[in-house]
Amino acid sequence: MNKFKWFNAQNIEEALERTNATVSDAINRGSADSAIIKSGGIELLDFIKEGIIEPAEIINIKSIPGLEGIAFDRTAGLRIGANTTLADIENNGDIKLQYLALHQAVSKAATPQLRNVSTLGGNIAQRTRCWYFRSIDHPCFRKGGTTCFAQNGENQMHAIMNNGTCCSVHASSVATALLAYGATVEITSRGGQKKDVSIDDFFVNPFTDIRRESVLRRGEIITAVNIPAQGKNVKSWYIKQGERASFDWALADVAVVVELSGKRVRKAAIAMGAASPVPVRSKAAEEFITGKDINATTAAEAGQKAMENATPLAKNGYKVDLFKTIVKRALLESV
Amino acid sequence: MDKKTLIMPFGIPGHNLTQIEREVPADEPPAWPVNAELKEVGKSVKRVDARAKVTGQAKYTSDIQLPGMLYGKMLRSPYPHARIRNIDTRQVERHPGVLAVHILGKDISMAGSKDESADNYPEVKYIGQPIVGVAALNDNTAIEALKLVKIDYEVLPFVVDLEKARMEGAPLVFEAPVEKEASDGGEEIEKGLSLSGNVRGPSRGQPRGDTQKGFAESDIVIERTYVTQVHMHNPLETHGVVVDWKPDGMLIYASTQSTKGVRDEFAQLFGFRKSQVRVITEYMGGGFGAKYGAGNFGVMAGHLSRKSGRPVRLMLDRKEEQLTAGFRPNSVHQLKIGAKKDGKLSAIQQRSYGTAGVGLGAGVGSIAQNMYECPNFATEQYDIFTHFSPGAAWRAPGAVQGAFGLESLIDEIAESLNIDPLKYRDIIDKSEVRKVERQKGAELFGWSKRKKAGSDPGPVKKGMGLAQSSWPRFTHLDSTAEVRLFRDGAVEVRSGVQDLGTGTKTILAQVVAEELGLKTEDITVRIGDTLFPDGPPSGGSVTAGSITPAARNAAYQAKLKLFRQIASKLDTTPDKLMTADGKIYVTGEPSKNISFADALKQMRTEQLTAEASRSDDYGGMSRDDLGSVQFAEVTVDTETGFVKVDRIVAAHSCGRPLNIAQIESQINGGIIHGISYALYESRVIDDQTGQMINVNFDQYKIPYAFEIPDIRTIILEEYPAKSSTDAYGIGEPANIATAVAVTNAIYNAIGVRIFELPVTPAKILDALKRA
Repeated sequence: MNKFKWFNAQNIEEALERTNATVSDAINRGSADSAIIKSGGIELLDFIKEGIIEPAEIINIKSIPGLEGIAFDRTAGLRIGANTTLADIENNGDIKLQYLALHQAVSKAATPQLRNVSTLGGNIAQRTRCWYFRSIDHPCFRKGGTTCFAQNGENQMHAIMNNGTCCSVHASSVATALLAYGATVEITSRGGQKKDVSIDDFFVNPFTDIRRESVLRRGEIITAVNIPAQGKNVKSWYIKQGERASFDWALADVAVVVELSGKRVRKAAIAMGAASPVPVRSKAAEEFITGKDINATTAAEAGQKAMENATPLAKNGYKVDLFKTIVKRALLESV
Repeated sequence: MDKKTLIMPFGIPGHNLTQIEREVPADEPPAWPVNAELKEVGKSVKRVDARAKVTGQAKYTSDIQLPGMLYGKMLRSPYPHARIRNIDTRQVERHPGVLAVHILGKDISMAGSKDESADNYPEVKYIGQPIVGVAALNDNTAIEALKLVKIDYEVLPFVVDLEKARMEGAPLVFEAPVEKEASDGGEEIEKGLSLSGNVRGPSRGQPRGDTQKGFAESDIVIERTYVTQVHMHNPLETHGVVVDWKPDGMLIYASTQSTKGVRDEFAQLFGFRKSQVRVITEYMGGGFGAKYGAGNFGVMAGHLSRKSGRPVRLMLDRKEEQLTAGFRPNSVHQLKIGAKKDGKLSAIQQRSYGTAGVGLGAGVGSIAQNMYECPNFATEQYDIFTHFSPGAAWRAPGAVQGAFGLESLIDEIAESLNIDPLKYRDIIDKSEVRKVERQKGAELFGWSKRKKAGSDPGPVKKGMGLAQSSWPRFTHLDSTAEVRLFRDGAVEVRSGVQDLGTGTKTILAQVVAEELGLKTEDITVRIGDTLFPDGPPSGGSVTAGSITPAARNAAYQAKLKLFRQIASKLDTTPDKLMTADGKIYVTGEPSKNISFADALKQMRTEQLTAEASRSDDYGGMSRDDLGSVQFAEVTVDTETGFVKVDRIVAAHSCGRPLNIAQIESQINGGIIHGISYALYESRVIDDQTGQMINVNFDQYKIPYAFEIPDIRTIILEEYPAKSSTDAYGIGEPANIATAVAVTNAIYNAIGVRIFELPVTPAKILDALKRA
């Protein structure tokens, strides 16, 4: 690990003034003079330990007051400050009651110890856990290299859709739930300018820009995530399947948010993580289940629909079966 | 030598306990009765160092700070195979924070390590092979300084894949046949085997009978191929040393399984007498077979210390540990077994190959040769060389791989013969120990509730399985302990033996306390220092069986010396004295006594010392086996392929159990290792680059809390009457049967067999589809 300067930011403007690179900038353009923002610090520490980046300065934004906190209103919905820890989200009663899938996704992320320090902003801004990307010995496309090692290599954990360019998958399982709820990400830039970006647009596919996984640019910071209020008849469920039950990344995860009239689905959002380079919704499965009752047959069929465009690689075909199963089970559990 | 006769307990209490006469050396202590009649031994005594460990006061190698200590780091090859044209260290030598630079010599990076200073640079044969080391003022400076070293490589073709390495025309790892000394870990490596391409062998074990004839006479013959993965050791404390070289000797703090092994190797490499080298391992954070000898990092630290004149610390980081510090080799194990209608085995034939990288020891052991009665046996075991760092002994080397094949196939034969797998073992297994373990284990586990394979309705199915193990009673006779009595009341036991974390300190205190009629907490244990008498290396599960008899005998001799000094004060003769409950009594006259502490006050000298060594096994040396039977219950989700181990019942024997809680703890550890091997762990190498890509605990999966099942242990008391404590180790036996008990349970759940470890969701789903 290299030596670096440490700066405790007191306000957003100060942090944005000092920073000159995102992690993705530093990975691609060199990090020699970089000043990088960190919140929980878990993600950044991993990159520094592996020697993938060697930042000159780390700007701590956990010291900024007011960036954490959860506010819930029955009509306005939910607002979660970017510095809110996953532990605080997990323990929030409103979220457990109103946004069950989010509660479930958060409580299955990492470990209790890590959830005590990792923040929501950091969680959705983290980079892929692809083992080639995370290895300094493998200069892949995403690190400015000329190949994707996983395409013909060890791709057992990789994407089964949209995987032609880079088959890495986004690491955030919280994002899967946020996508199903139609969350928006509040991004603040210099001068206090704010914009709301829908979570669909927040993540960037590798075929759009291989060097990054979100729209965040240097000089910008996530300040909050907003989730609209959910109607009375909305139900949700989240399932994550990792290699282990404890402390693991998703091989497959699914968040389902359905608006019901009786047992009939009026509206459905079915989001899948670890299927594609970024979290995706399955329009085919959503269209299929909408207007139908959820039962063993329709749920299984929806699982099939969710995977009809899958293009698995040599070693990850089993993930197609995993998704079929967990889409089915999440739909059944939601009602 | 003078002899005497002892009457000793012999057999299994509650089953076949009897007494046996043993002729033993005259200075051996009297026989202990069974554990029920002892005070300290055989109980769940608290670890003597528990408090030091949980409060952080215990100092491990990585905690050692010596005055003026420097930090060593090594530059390692990024290529799996290369020739070094030139190494330019001029820039790094000028770095102000660097106090020594050293280039490792020719053979140092391979298994047999000697340093022929560097006229010729070594050929690089694996990624991570150390080449240049620096000693700097701190870790960061060392890392930074290594960037100034320039190495000109000629990159050569490599092979890391087991199957590709066997092919004709594969890049060669070694040009000429190679040999390697077996490590202290219990692996047996046959010498003088031929090398063809990258294939060395075969090693033929101890064949018997005629397998062709045996198969011809069989009513049923099944042949299968079993595949196991590479398994990393993952000790929480990585390999490392602190070395302080002085012109008249060396002081080395090492995280090692053998203090005397490290001492001997350093003495040889640096031209000292053994007595000039002192090795200390007071606390140790796990080794599992991988921590023997000086290691290339240790040798490097030695040279850096010699050159700088200052102590040098060199601890591996986790990535270095995973890349270069050993692993359990993989295996492809072809096994063919023939049996008669009545179940009796008529022939076993096996052929195996695996790779320990540039090292040796990739066999499947002798479990198929030894565990069951079978008149005809033949084996051919091959080592395949690849361009990867050397493997190392790993908790029951070979036996774990071998048991996966053997116990899977025995299960399958039992089913083909329509015999319950538990009952089938009664037919083919002559071990009395395992017979009792099967009975007790089956009852505690509820084996009678086992259903027909795959018969659970619904997608989530439960299954039960069992497997057995055998492991020889290895003993290391060059094991000595000393017991010192002090006038101020202290009682110490001393030996060079190290405690890997298994509880060696505590069992030494227990046996000395038992012999002297004291409490375990009255005894001070000083071990892990080669200034003390040599202890055994901790490999092959030899520690308890080798050093506790020595310690008991030393305590006995010290006691006799003390008796001679104080007998007159009790108006008696030394032979009439005995110890119990902190007192010394005159036998038959309990009112005539003196407290042990008061007796010590009356010693002629400040200290009284006695030393004793492990004697030969009473009744002749033998390696008959330490048996175990383990039972597993699993839940398999047939729609996702996920397996959860719900319960394990493990029945084990280790001679006279010394400390129940510590034995349970080791069995738990062995089972967790076994589950992890069955379901999770696997080294992943990218074939394009030759790099291991899961080098950290994020990507290399070991089990955490949710993966740990309910574990129940049955510890058999079993008296073989072979030494003054009759104790044996449990470390390795605990690890052998678990994985295959789990896979047999998976079969029982889903009705389909899996022949390759680890059993991942992908393999379950694939097997179900093909069924």
